[in-house]
Amino acid sequence: MLNIDHEKCTCCKVCIRNCPFGALSLVGGSLHVNELCTLCGACVNVCRFDALSIERKKASPEELARYKGVFVWAEQDEETSPRKPRKVVLELLGKGRELADKLGEDLVAVVLAGPGEVDTEVYGEHGADKVIICQHELLETFSTDGFTNVMCAVITSKKPAVVLYGATPHGRDFAPRVAARLYLGLTADCTGLEINAERQLVQTRPAFGGNIMASIITPYNRPQTSTVRPNVFPVPEEKKDSSLVKEVFPVTLNRAAIRTKVVEKRYLDEEGDLSIEDARVIVAGGRGCQKAANLELLQDLAEKLGGVMAGSRAIVEQGWIPHTRQVGQSGTTVGPELYIAAGISGAIQHVVGMSSSKTVIAINKDPEAAIFKTADLGVVGDAVEIIPLLSALIEEKN
Amino acid sequence: MKIVVCVKQVPEVTNVQVDPKTGTLIREGVKSILNPFCEYALDHAVRIKDRFQDVSITVVSMGPPQARDVLVRSFELGADEGILITDRKFAGADTWTTSLTLAEAIRTVVPDYDLVLVGKQAIDGDTAQVGPEIAEILGLPQITYAVDVTLTSTRRQVRVTQEVEKGYEVIEATLPALVTCSKGEVVRRAPSFKDVINARQKPIRLVSASDLQIPEEQLGLQGSYTQVVKVFPPPAKKSSLLLQNLEAADAAREIFGFLREKRFVE
Repeated sequence: MLNIDHEKCTCCKVCIRNCPFGALSLVGGSLHVNELCTLCGACVNVCRFDALSIERKKASPEELARYKGVFVWAEQDEETSPRKPRKVVLELLGKGRELADKLGEDLVAVVLAGPGEVDTEVYGEHGADKVIICQHELLETFSTDGFTNVMCAVITSKKPAVVLYGATPHGRDFAPRVAARLYLGLTADCTGLEINAERQLVQTRPAFGGNIMASIITPYNRPQTSTVRPNVFPVPEEKKDSSLVKEVFPVTLNRAAIRTKVVEKRYLDEEGDLSIEDARVIVAGGRGCQKAANLELLQDLAEKLGGVMAGSRAIVEQGWIPHTRQVGQSGTTVGPELYIAAGISGAIQHVVGMSSSKTVIAINKDPEAAIFKTADLGVVGDAVEIIPLLSALIEEKN
Repeated sequence: MKIVVCVKQVPEVTNVQVDPKTGTLIREGVKSILNPFCEYALDHAVRIKDRFQDVSITVVSMGPPQARDVLVRSFELGADEGILITDRKFAGADTWTTSLTLAEAIRTVVPDYDLVLVGKQAIDGDTAQVGPEIAEILGLPQITYAVDVTLTSTRRQVRVTQEVEKGYEVIEATLPALVTCSKGEVVRRAPSFKDVINARQKPIRLVSASDLQIPEEQLGLQGSYTQVVKVFPPPAKKSSLLLQNLEAADAAREIFGFLREKRFVE
């Protein structure tokens, strides 16, 4: 709990102003903490009189130093042959390389796949020192139990210092299971990762729907594990590399260990349709598009610009577009060259899902709409009127 | 048959603003609500109960004493009984300690549960970790991102329609199991006057640290593996050009010019 040293406290109120949770107040002339306190430590950092402290447990540095290496779960694109990793894996290898260099340790990609051919060179080309390959027929497609069992085996046997997962649906499904089984800390949806002077992984992530950022460490045990959203870190440049070490990790997995069974698949998008995660141009609609039929105008513009249509949570909940097209904190994080937001108010949950877009154009009737704060070009007006006129201009030009 | 639904009280974050001077959250006037994804989980429980009369729904919440409000709200929406896990010793819990505490409370108070339903994530923390971690601690199979949850005819399995990146997959698991939910009814249920009155009479059991078989050093901040070292406002956003009072045709021409300048249109 938060300890207040009333002898040292001068009631200067700096901590009260800095508490993100409104948990501190002056009661009868002395500082008081209420039950809203989450022990985030913001007050301890700002107190100039050393009056605030939080009791924390200690870890043995010798024990922690036995864990070495930065591991990246190399999620496979199940539609490629030979199997290739998803783009987020390359993004993680780029960031992972920086962390491994800072630690002076190896960067290792961990592949969980079926028995078919796997492209391993790609890991060396994107900075990995080593690839660990786990293959088994039960790893052909994702299952929570299968992937958790194998990842836990790799971690307990190899003792890495850091494990990174893409915050994809599968990554977010099994990373917490691995963490709970091995008694590990796990930080979700990190947007920043670095190594501090104590060789700890500092993980930065948005909280409260992106209204505040928090930096988080995992001081007492190893590995330190994080999930990272796609499209947050850049893909590193490819380099020729021949020093990649390949290690086959023996997998024992029993069908009975997998307790879920896929009984039906219902896929929405046409074969070959570009996913919004990888799109170069996105035209996204929000509630301001007024009705589902108007989305055809957006679709038309998207096609003319060689892109795809997406939308906010509001219109997904209305059933206007499927969840596979949802941009935002509870949908997909996108990072296109161009993002056109049509009739989207710009709730912070939406903005965190598209803020890594290179260029943003926003059209909204409300001049106060928050979306304008993230836009390179903002236009106050009705998207439903403007978009077809814009499409016509592009059509004319072509 | 017993269904446990975990529910969390959250600030209505869409309305949370940051004070530009201090960079901290302005919490005055921000309402506390039942996390929408938890409400979706409750939707599915209520739907199963509509179909099978012998189902009872227990809602479990961990939080400060005022989290009682979300249990009462859950009663209005159809839950039968509630458990409020509250104790100063739980403060500062990260996802792991939260999951351990919730799992242990479920094991202690509702040992004969058949199905655990949770929201896929809370809108304040957004980690989506507590569901899978509870499943692991309770040793249950898990299915995440559910949009539909039903029982098979023998009622020995749960059948879940799961959102995946390409659409949907239908997945089955043998009970007991844990399901995390990302969607509920499109049209929200509005409780009747009678539901609201009845909700006040439904029982809430209080659970404190001493009721659980967890060593004190594994609770709250002490038990957390992750530690927040710094909280700060998000980086300032870029400045932009805002055009107002244009006719639609002029607006379209401005955007067209911008697209050409940036070479999106050749």
